[in-house]
Amino acid sequence: MLPCFFVSYELSHLEALEAESIFIIREVAAEFDKPVLLFSGGKDSAVMLHLAVKAFWPAPLPFPLMHVDTGHNFPEVIKYRDERAAELGARLIVASVQEAIDAGKVTEEKGPRASRNRLQTQPLLESIEQHGFNAVFGGARRDEEKARAKERVYSFRDEFGQWDPKNQRPELWSLYNGRHRRGEHIRVFPLSNWTELDVWQYIEQEKVALPSIYFTHRREVFRRDGMLMAWSPFLPLLPGESVSTAAVRFRTVGDMTCTACVESTADTIEQVIHEIKASRVTERGASRADDKFSETAMEDRKREGYF
Amino acid sequence: MELLRFATAGSVDDGKSTLIGRLLYDTKSILEDQLAAVERTSKSRGDEYVNLALLLDGLKAEREQGITIDVAYRYFNTVKRKFIIADTPGHLQYTRNMVTGASTADLALILVDARKGVLEQTRRHAFIASLLRVPHLVLCINKMDLVDFDAGVFESIREEFRQFSMKLDVQDLTFIPISALGGDNVVTRSEKMPWYEGPTLLHHLENVHIASDRNLIHVRFPVQGVIRPASAKKFHDYRAYTGAVLGGVLRPGDEVMVLPSGFTTRIKSLELAGKSLEEAFPPMSVNVSLAEELDISRGDMICRPGNPPLVGQDIDAMVCWLSEASQLQPGARLAIKHTTRSARAMIKQLHYRLDVNTLHRDEQSPGLKLNEIGRVTLRTTVPLFFDEYRRNRNTGSFILVDEGTNATVGAGMINGAAV
Repeated sequence: MLPCFFVSYELSHLEALEAESIFIIREVAAEFDKPVLLFSGGKDSAVMLHLAVKAFWPAPLPFPLMHVDTGHNFPEVIKYRDERAAELGARLIVASVQEAIDAGKVTEEKGPRASRNRLQTQPLLESIEQHGFNAVFGGARRDEEKARAKERVYSFRDEFGQWDPKNQRPELWSLYNGRHRRGEHIRVFPLSNWTELDVWQYIEQEKVALPSIYFTHRREVFRRDGMLMAWSPFLPLLPGESVSTAAVRFRTVGDMTCTACVESTADTIEQVIHEIKASRVTERGASRADDKFSETAMEDRKREGYF
Repeated sequence: MELLRFATAGSVDDGKSTLIGRLLYDTKSILEDQLAAVERTSKSRGDEYVNLALLLDGLKAEREQGITIDVAYRYFNTVKRKFIIADTPGHLQYTRNMVTGASTADLALILVDARKGVLEQTRRHAFIASLLRVPHLVLCINKMDLVDFDAGVFESIREEFRQFSMKLDVQDLTFIPISALGGDNVVTRSEKMPWYEGPTLLHHLENVHIASDRNLIHVRFPVQGVIRPASAKKFHDYRAYTGAVLGGVLRPGDEVMVLPSGFTTRIKSLELAGKSLEEAFPPMSVNVSLAEELDISRGDMICRPGNPPLVGQDIDAMVCWLSEASQLQPGARLAIKHTTRSARAMIKQLHYRLDVNTLHRDEQSPGLKLNEIGRVTLRTTVPLFFDEYRRNRNTGSFILVDEGTNATVGAGMINGAAV
């Protein structure tokens, strides 16, 4: 029989998730000489960065940040990205899809449904290779998508940046195997066990700053494939589509051509959490056109080296 | 809200996917677009019903072959707890996947078909859960609807399993009669089994006491790294050791010993990101500052002077082999990772291979193949600071890595120091 005072040694789910993520981030910093953290300015990468800062405080962040910029990002998010990096004194590397297009390394999709989403893989892999990064932190979560449900915390990538879902390293206890050869790298997902709701609750608890577009604002939008898209020069209208103004917010933040918004008047984190709890659609279902190509769209992109 | 991790074991035939689907659906964790996608795919495949297994099998190869290849993680929560399910497949590479899923689980859920009773696979699942020291075991006797909700069927399966489990080291065992298809005793209490007075499955998952499963007595703090921001003027004298508490409770002022040096000092402060802590306990990640400057680096262990872990290079352990490409053989040299220590290890001896179905010990076995479990003695290049796995799952476990391919090839649970 254990004494009853043991009952108090309980952690909340957010404390337990935070402890696990910080452990993972510290493991990487200890075992790899060239880590980098992918920072898009989205809420998941904002939380990941917050955890990384906590993991090493009061020392500065021991690795740089990287963003793959499609050139079609929301200006509010780019502003937030730059401010956050400057505030931390962190080095920010921007891998540019536009430059890859200009250099003829990738070919831009044509037509009104063209998106640069898939084109991000090439500059990402090239930048990893160029800088010699061998551990790349990503903010992906297993609850986001079914291919991601099978992803490891330490996910091995071969010299082509490829993911082989059928041949993953078993991952036991909290003993992560980061061994790799030169040219290979490990993608590390410290938020693997977090859900969308966990992320928002943590943002509320820790008062993590976010880009303004996560909260309600008036925007010119149009409806496509059942989703509400932000009207922009990057996304020409199809016949029958028309622009109107609505109060919206974004549940995920990515390239403007494949990220949809939802109608919302939520202007505080508390209200956003309230909406998520009541929502009957997943965040990727509500707002990501890139997953709708096929049942295995995410797996296909991940195999090629996508985030 | 507490976090509970559980592993599910069983095959499609046992109704495992239906059960998980039921748990997710009844707790409103499956959302409309996910259900719509499953409905679409079910229809295109010509399934007669909405096949909830499709919700769980995410990879292309899995959908094509109708099998589950790998451990998948699922998430749901109720007002009481957040749950992480490690869903392990019943077909290919069964042992490897279940060992993986069970390694971090607070609870293992094993499904039995009420019509078939305790099978070889049931015994294998239970054995693995006990080998991995999963603290709570739940046997769900499913498909009660197909045996007319008969109390006698439930009782006889319970008795048979109880007899078998005496051979195992099971700490907490619960039996629940359910029908995953109809939802009986899964989330809501069944009216068809008034003879059953225990909790529903969800009620049990929400209330099973897990806080005392951790070792809060033996202080174990393997050093992950050192924080010394010498460049930042304000924190010029700051020096702390980072890590996760794997055992015991640490408090400022406590006397501690550092291994391997054996020096003792006191804890000056505990904190994380500038926030002071009164105490630190598993599984917290913290910074520990000590009263005196000692030479401490990653892989060292902070403990209490009167209560140190075992220290040694010769280790007696159970190993589960995870590799298809190679075998564990005496004389093999491998990389080993234990807490935050990495070293090399040599397999000195394979004592026996354990048949996971019969628990028979084969002492003539020349090696261990994929999914086989055996008892070995190994010697490491440097001393490890370890505990018996049954005392502490975190300081009693290790992985073995092939130095040529870098693949994780073995999972080890320490019995003790080799004699």
